[in-house]
Amino acid sequence: MFALVANRLCRIPSPSVAVRLDARPFSDFTQQISFDIKKCELHGLVDGPPDSAVLTRDQGLRLFRQMQTIRFMQQKVQQLYTQKLVRGSCHHYTGQEACAVGIEAAIDKTDHLITSYRVNGYSFTRGVSVREILTEMTGRRGGVAKGRGGPMHMYAPYFYGGNAIVGAQVSLGAGIALACQYQSSDQISVAVYGDGAANQGQLFEVFNMAALWKLPCVFVCENNRYGKGTSVERASACTDFYKRGDFIPGIRADGMDVLCVREATKFAKDHCRSGKGPIILELQTYRFCGHFVNETSSYRSQAEVEQQQQNDPISRLRGQMLRTNMASAEDFQNIDNEILEEVEEAAEFAVSDPEPSLDDLCNCVYHNSPSLQVRGIHPWAKLQSVDKR
Amino acid sequence: MAAATRFFVRGASPRLSLSSVCAGTQGSVGANLLKLSPSCVSRIKTHRRHAAHFTYQPDPVPTQYGPTQKMNLFQSVTSALDNTLASDPTAVIFGEDVAFGGVFRCTVGLRDKYGKDRVFNTPLCEQGIVGFGIGVAVAGATAIAEIQFADYIFPAFDQIVNEAAKYRYRSGNLFDCGNLTIRAPWGCVGHGSLYHSQSPEAFFAHCPGLKVVIPRGPVQAKGLLLSCISDKNPCIFFEPKILYRAAVEQVPVDAYTIPLSQAEVLQEGSDVTLLAWGTQSVVKTGRLLISHEAPVTGGFAAEISSTVQEECFLNLEAPISRVCGYDTPFPHIFEPFYIPDKWKCLEAIKKMINY
Repeated sequence: MFALVANRLCRIPSPSVAVRLDARPFSDFTQQISFDIKKCELHGLVDGPPDSAVLTRDQGLRLFRQMQTIRFMQQKVQQLYTQKLVRGSCHHYTGQEACAVGIEAAIDKTDHLITSYRVNGYSFTRGVSVREILTEMTGRRGGVAKGRGGPMHMYAPYFYGGNAIVGAQVSLGAGIALACQYQSSDQISVAVYGDGAANQGQLFEVFNMAALWKLPCVFVCENNRYGKGTSVERASACTDFYKRGDFIPGIRADGMDVLCVREATKFAKDHCRSGKGPIILELQTYRFCGHFVNETSSYRSQAEVEQQQQNDPISRLRGQMLRTNMASAEDFQNIDNEILEEVEEAAEFAVSDPEPSLDDLCNCVYHNSPSLQVRGIHPWAKLQSVDKR
Repeated sequence: MAAATRFFVRGASPRLSLSSVCAGTQGSVGANLLKLSPSCVSRIKTHRRHAAHFTYQPDPVPTQYGPTQKMNLFQSVTSALDNTLASDPTAVIFGEDVAFGGVFRCTVGLRDKYGKDRVFNTPLCEQGIVGFGIGVAVAGATAIAEIQFADYIFPAFDQIVNEAAKYRYRSGNLFDCGNLTIRAPWGCVGHGSLYHSQSPEAFFAHCPGLKVVIPRGPVQAKGLLLSCISDKNPCIFFEPKILYRAAVEQVPVDAYTIPLSQAEVLQEGSDVTLLAWGTQSVVKTGRLLISHEAPVTGGFAAEISSTVQEECFLNLEAPISRVCGYDTPFPHIFEPFYIPDKWKCLEAIKKMINY
């Protein structure tokens, strides 16, 4: 089923992976293995991503840590939401972790990414700390958007959020790609959208422009099979979302396997960087949670959800590494414990941090220097608006 | 000009505050009001917000429309749609997720009762939904399109403003899409943040050819919605989402209509007019206060204010007061301070009385 490529290749685990080793000596673990991955379906392409992926122990533990952090963070958010400490529209990423983590593993920190409202996973992979994510959810001043955005609007360098209007972010993503091309920066833009957004008109406008001008844009369709409460079969005349770009080549990959996502994204990135223009990457994934937190999901059966949970990307990676002796159960347990501690500490901060001050109510509406006055309530009430970070 | 706009008066007890203000002199009334409500001292709450900023006061039970049943706002909408589908064989309802009942439960049970060719889901494409709806209406069927949140209506803005509103005018009355009604949940809800709280009525009120209707409760909602559906002009019916469950009244089970383009006097008084439509009330009281959640600049209150001062300039005792949202996007954490609640209205009334 898998081939052992090499043993004891790397000397020491990299310092960025903070894993407490158990009593077993380092040399006992397999350091690198090539795993088979599901062959990607292709549209408009002769060659596609490889059907195997090389994974080192370090990389594996890092990928696991990232996915598990997102998972535990979502669970904490659910608790906070039930306690009404998090308000607003909160859309979980549970089950889809492999998509965000796999994409991040393939692109550079300086590549650009934009996504929809299901933003928690990408916020973390793009560099926002757990603490800042949770604090933004509770709407406090320590949040990544200073408490003004809430659960759907999070941002970071090279990460453009966090967009509520479905499909709107794809046009922005193509614009970012144009900027990369114009500035000859060799960076690419990754514009993530869902199966629901795949039917928005502006996507097709943008596909045309991106292909016409050969923009370095990877359009990623996270197909989790439901646009809120409507299944893809009942919303789309063609559910092969990787083909919907017509004249734009497309790949369909298994979004529940982080290695498959990583290889497919690498291929897509190379395609863009070589000047061939845009490409569509459809990731077949599934959300174990409702469309929003505590949704009852009456549009799908519990049996279906349970069946899909057999395909949990985190369990899959853990199982692969355990079976091939790349890591031990204690390794994973240690990582879990560290993440739990991190999430708990972040949550404590998130609920105790003060809310933004009222002075901030009208700030950052316009770019303005000197500050301008904002009208509101009644003619006698004017507030100051200052453009500041 | 937009017609049939009834703005819901947000207040803890509109009858209490109105009669108190209108009855006596300002000073003692103000003091009485403060003593009556100990919680009126504004207090910055930094933790959980559970309650709405008002308590809904139900209308008295209507007796002229037949037997009634206890319904909340979304149930009264369902009842109106049920009556329509039963009486009009051409009526169809469509939108995102309406088949299983809709995200606000407004279409629960209708698909099972009337069939999947009359109540069906559309893909996620607002421009497509409205364009499609215009086509259905022009061809003679009664089209009831749902936009899932008023915040999402903007991709369809071109279709509504450029196509639906102008069809009759530009075809010399040969064609029209009067059979089209667009429904959308509207307004703040306590935790909606930027994209689940907007009040875009002013954008559409600016467009000749459309009717914009916003009910204040279940009885009004059902009657007004049925009027919109039967009205021979394209109508946009905004449903205050904060009232979907909070507003409960005895609503007539059978179909009835409440006329569009007419104001309704909720409470008689002599000192201040709050949100009245038309000039008669302002001639009587000399003072007008208009309030809405949408940002103040370019909001619909501006239109009313301008029209009223044109018609009753010499009757005004004080400048017309507008108590509205700030000129910012609808905020996330700052919502309680953003919305024009009863305390801000009271403050404005006091200033007008003292002018």
